[in-house]
Amino acid sequence: MVDHPSDSHTIARYESTGGYAQGRRALGLTRDELVEEIKTSGLLGRGGAAFPAGLKWSLLAPARPAYLVVNADESEPGTFKDRQLLERDPHQMIEGIIITSIANEVHTAFVYIRGEYPKSARRVQAALDEAYAKGYLGSGIFGSDYDLEAIVHLGGGAYICGEETALINSLEGKRGEPRLKPPYFPAAKGLYMMPTIVNNVETLSNLPHILAMGAGEFAGLTGSADTGTFMMSLSGHVSRPGNYELAHGITWRELIYDIGGGIPDAKKLKAWIPGGASAPWFVPEEHLDLEITKDATAAAGSMLGSGAVIVMDEDTCMVRAAERVIRFFAHESCGQCTPCREGTTWLEMILRRIEEGQGRAVDLDLLVDVSDGISIGLAWPPKMTTICPLGPSAVSPIIALRDYFRDEVDSHVSNGGCPFAVKSGGAIPQTPRSLDGQNSSVEGRSSDPIASDLNRAAGEQE
Amino acid sequence: MSRWSEGTQERARQIIARYPEKRSAVMPLLYLAMSEEGYLTGDGMEEVGRWCEITPAQVLSVASFYTMYKRERTGQYLVSCCTSITCMLLGGDDVLHAVEDESGVPHGETDDDGLLSVEHVECIGACGGAPAVQVNYELIEGVSPEKARQLIRWLESARPEVVNSDEMQALFGARRSFDWAISEVNGATGPYPAFQPLGTVGSEVAD
Repeated sequence: MVDHPSDSHTIARYESTGGYAQGRRALGLTRDELVEEIKTSGLLGRGGAAFPAGLKWSLLAPARPAYLVVNADESEPGTFKDRQLLERDPHQMIEGIIITSIANEVHTAFVYIRGEYPKSARRVQAALDEAYAKGYLGSGIFGSDYDLEAIVHLGGGAYICGEETALINSLEGKRGEPRLKPPYFPAAKGLYMMPTIVNNVETLSNLPHILAMGAGEFAGLTGSADTGTFMMSLSGHVSRPGNYELAHGITWRELIYDIGGGIPDAKKLKAWIPGGASAPWFVPEEHLDLEITKDATAAAGSMLGSGAVIVMDEDTCMVRAAERVIRFFAHESCGQCTPCREGTTWLEMILRRIEEGQGRAVDLDLLVDVSDGISIGLAWPPKMTTICPLGPSAVSPIIALRDYFRDEVDSHVSNGGCPFAVKSGGAIPQTPRSLDGQNSSVEGRSSDPIASDLNRAAGEQE
Repeated sequence: MSRWSEGTQERARQIIARYPEKRSAVMPLLYLAMSEEGYLTGDGMEEVGRWCEITPAQVLSVASFYTMYKRERTGQYLVSCCTSITCMLLGGDDVLHAVEDESGVPHGETDDDGLLSVEHVECIGACGGAPAVQVNYELIEGVSPEKARQLIRWLESARPEVVNSDEMQALFGARRSFDWAISEVNGATGPYPAFQPLGTVGSEVAD
């Protein structure tokens, strides 16, 4: 493992390792050359959707001005890779901004950083200040006649703003609600209805390296179909949690046991979430020796998503874990689409009552039925019932309960409560209600009338 | 007539000048309004509307969408405990219960003195150092229930003017998601993030 120098965030250190040479060089290349290079590299977007980065650029409509929006709204539970890139290597991303802007004839870039990352925002602003002072940003970058402004914009605490059209709405000073695609593809009708590139922090951070080593060499870094390296955030019941930059194609067993040091206290692995809270769960009996690639993960019914791997040991209550993941989506649903807004809320309430000992024998079927209303057939990839994928992703834990942990749900019902209760941390905290004056949370609605509604719904099931 | 100080008005003008359209400045101006009054009042939102040339209802529609715009009186220290999936797996619920018990403030509420507000929040991107807590969005990783109690007692007794991640991590934290490496003296002076655009960042901790 390479030591990360303590001054890695400074422009002096970045330049001492060849930094900004590729940004400078990009000025002498044509749009076609740059787009072709990124296409050849095979780089996939690292925000979660794994869309080919070069293709995204090539789709940009010709109208101008065009904008670049850097998606630094990292909020997928389990994910903390972009925070490290922002705080420890901000110049790498800034050089990526310069390359992307030149390739797409952009003169204004926004870096949208989640509000809960003020330290990241301070580091990025300080790095931008350094780049401006050197003339790498501002008017006439690198002594050319090319102007480029970069502006940090702080979010307000909303996961949905990581969805690119919601992010654009947010940046326009509106509620962070996703837009319909079509017609609002950012490449055609994005920020201020102009062509817009939205790229993730890690995606941009790869660009200087692709130009420096050449697309062919980058593509050849792995022996698998997925090119280059990728960041994985490993967390949960694992001995060595952290961010790891890895080559695609290793197995989950290697990641969890060799790299992550295995499960603490020699406990058994029960399940893991392979790609952030949106991803369907994996279990050791079926998935431990799969290769970590986009295609192998998709073939097994899940995704690498944001690169967040959350490991759960044998003492984990799967009902509580599912409740916690679904509570997130219920809290973060923007509320535009009924299947998501209502469905996630009901899933959360049903899971909570199972965990708290009021579960019924029909509840698992009820969970699957409600999930089917959000994501028809619980298929992978999900069949969309909504404007964006948030709702359909929320049912991922229900798939795991149905397929692998049915007995555990049943034992909650027959035992009248959680068999793991002693270790689980006491009472379930109610849905976050964060002094923002909102009374429409689940908490506000979880009084008796809803409970009786739930009972009625359960009765109809019977 | 603006209800804001001249310095705040100047900052508002500079922020608006950075965006192609005035309405884009609504989010940074909402933070500015919070820093003027400690939380977001109706008057503060009207003021933001005047600067951005949108109606108060349009400002409210934005402010009510995001969790960090506090429209109720909020304490000098906003203690946010993460109870999302990874933090929950590693004891985040226990940390929340310890904070509530030690402070006497249930989550979602503020004490009578206006000193402490407690909330629990969804993932704050510190999963490698779970469980995590933020005070005024300054992060502490690897917090135990006992350390969380000490944190509350420290806030109540020391009452620091500026809270800063590095200082609190050293006192109350343990394992981090990654090596932060660089010492950082900037911190927050109220229940809003310590970041203002335009290159002026946070407030420095006094020695």
